[in-house]
Amino acid sequence: MDEIQSLLHGFAIALSFKNLALMFVGIILGVIIGVLPGLGGANGVAILLPLTFSMAQSPGGTTSAIILLSCIYWGALFGGAITSILFNIPGEPWSVATTFDGYPLAQQGRAGAALTAAFTSSFVGALVAVIVITFLSPIVANFALEFGAPEFFAVYLLTFCAFVGMSKEPPFKTIASMMLGFSLAAVGTDPVTGALRLTFGSTALLTGFDFLVAVIGLFGIGEILLTLEEGLAFKGASAKINLRVVLDTWKELPRYWLTSIRSSAVGCFMGIVPGGATPASFMSYGVARRFSPDGDKFGTGKVEGVVAPETAAHAAGTSALLPMLTLGVPGSPTAAVLLGGLLIWGLQPGPLLFVEQKDFVWGLIASMYLGNIAGLIVVLTCVPLFAAILRVPFSVIAPIIIVICAIGSYTVHNSMFDVWMMLVFGVAGYAFKKLAYPLAPLVLAIVLGDRAEASFRQAMLVSQGEMSVFFSNKLVGGMTGLALVLLAWPLLAWLISKVRRASA
Amino acid sequence: MTEGGEGRPAFGQKSAEIVVSAFFLALGALVMWDSVRLGARWGSDGPQAGYFPFYIALLMSIASAVNLALALVRKGGFRAFVEVEQLKLVLSVLLPSIVYVGLIALLGIYVASAIFVAAFMRWLGKYPWWKVAAVSIGNSVVFFLIFEMWFKVPLPKGVVERLLGLD
Repeated sequence: MDEIQSLLHGFAIALSFKNLALMFVGIILGVIIGVLPGLGGANGVAILLPLTFSMAQSPGGTTSAIILLSCIYWGALFGGAITSILFNIPGEPWSVATTFDGYPLAQQGRAGAALTAAFTSSFVGALVAVIVITFLSPIVANFALEFGAPEFFAVYLLTFCAFVGMSKEPPFKTIASMMLGFSLAAVGTDPVTGALRLTFGSTALLTGFDFLVAVIGLFGIGEILLTLEEGLAFKGASAKINLRVVLDTWKELPRYWLTSIRSSAVGCFMGIVPGGATPASFMSYGVARRFSPDGDKFGTGKVEGVVAPETAAHAAGTSALLPMLTLGVPGSPTAAVLLGGLLIWGLQPGPLLFVEQKDFVWGLIASMYLGNIAGLIVVLTCVPLFAAILRVPFSVIAPIIIVICAIGSYTVHNSMFDVWMMLVFGVAGYAFKKLAYPLAPLVLAIVLGDRAEASFRQAMLVSQGEMSVFFSNKLVGGMTGLALVLLAWPLLAWLISKVRRASA
Repeated sequence: MTEGGEGRPAFGQKSAEIVVSAFFLALGALVMWDSVRLGARWGSDGPQAGYFPFYIALLMSIASAVNLALALVRKGGFRAFVEVEQLKLVLSVLLPSIVYVGLIALLGIYVASAIFVAAFMRWLGKYPWWKVAAVSIGNSVVFFLIFEMWFKVPLPKGVVERLLGLD
């Protein structure tokens, strides 16, 4: 099989000393980022991205750079569970569902078991997703090689309509937030005609808004402001993991194999269609509660209630890279930032990547296997150290995080304007989050805005302005049709519930 | 948001909804206006520069008009968007952050960061001065080593670095 061959080649690349070292550095940084309030996968990667600019110049450097950044992402996925279980504070949105049973377990003195279960099932979820990526992505990429501009625009349309149809937030707020992202992406020079758009004579706006600055502000500063509201003290259970607890928990885990399979499936699905890790974790928790024999005891401290959301969150977070690599459409905000990194390093994400950059793609996929093994080892052995970070008082950690965010925003373009924009995005992020305007579609729209517009224009040029080009063959018509169904989904769901209530 | 007792609300959820959706609406109008200025129609060689942004902004305006309408007709009791105590905490971080960004432009990032961290620890954390000095200066030194020495990424510097011959 070709995939196995390519994967072995990828392992040869990923197993170099430098790349292994970067893997561990990335995982450790990622866990710290995941534990700290205000820093998470998306903005952690965004802050560190400028540091990879010079790294990516050397031969093979892009592979090292993506290994470092993707390992930060895996680390952040692991780290979120630590704060949820020990402190009842979800370090990441996708670990909210982990608090439901994780924190009660910690209160009963079974923190070690909860953490082991969380880490192990995270690992299982990620592993399933990586296997899916290994075997599915070459097929998807091969298929997508035939895509023209209308097909690509249909994929973008499908991505964004899926947000409207599947997110928990009110649909009109999702649309408003998404369109704000597209508008921000349009600021600056029009790539086709060279006309200046929305700059209003300002030179600072000539280059447009950088999505990295938006991510750092929205997720970083906004998150810190939100955390502050909840007060400054963190009180948590102590973290003790020893080998016996780990082995005892591992003995218990195979009992939940069905939950694991279901959660992995939910996670992979939600990651590939851009539902994301957060809804995946909630959905999987809900499904597990419904089907588990002691589902009514969920919420009181069941290990199974930790297994379900963690497996799904990791499966979703990992499989979000599949559409990013094969189609150039990221499935999560962090995947969007990684995609931005690829563009900055001069790589074109999309099906051609699998043809032209084999070393890069397979090195990355191999590093996902290794990175998650490294991650499991690191978190199981170092939990008390990471938990100690949260005991550092907020009055010390908060200003340092803001300093890191400021440095991160500055290094994107060496511009003070970006640092001011970071504050503006921070306040916006705080308000949007409190009013249930979703941030993920906003970020995705900023990253994909130019590409979506380019494919739309090309499609329109081909068809001379006829919208019917988006229904011109089975494939593009199917995708456009599905997109429209998803777009109308909130309305359909509302109508169905109305009809049901009327008949009842 | 907080447990134990209802705090005094600073302003309500409804007014916050109205302000934010009005902001979206205004932004949508602005983008549409600029797109029309550039030409948002079908030119001789394909769509004009404002074509795509115009429809984006149109969608944004329609969506935010719906949000505004929903916010205006919303019934139910008064809910706080943010309580006075919470707002005080938020502002106690936000306002110093604004001053901090202003200071970066004046003093460079390292000195400004040291002052910012020190101010936070002293006023919010009530730490003794020696701890304040150790953490704030240590933090800036570590960042200096990481960025200027290790990664060779130059950050904004000011008078102090010039006096020390580090610029």
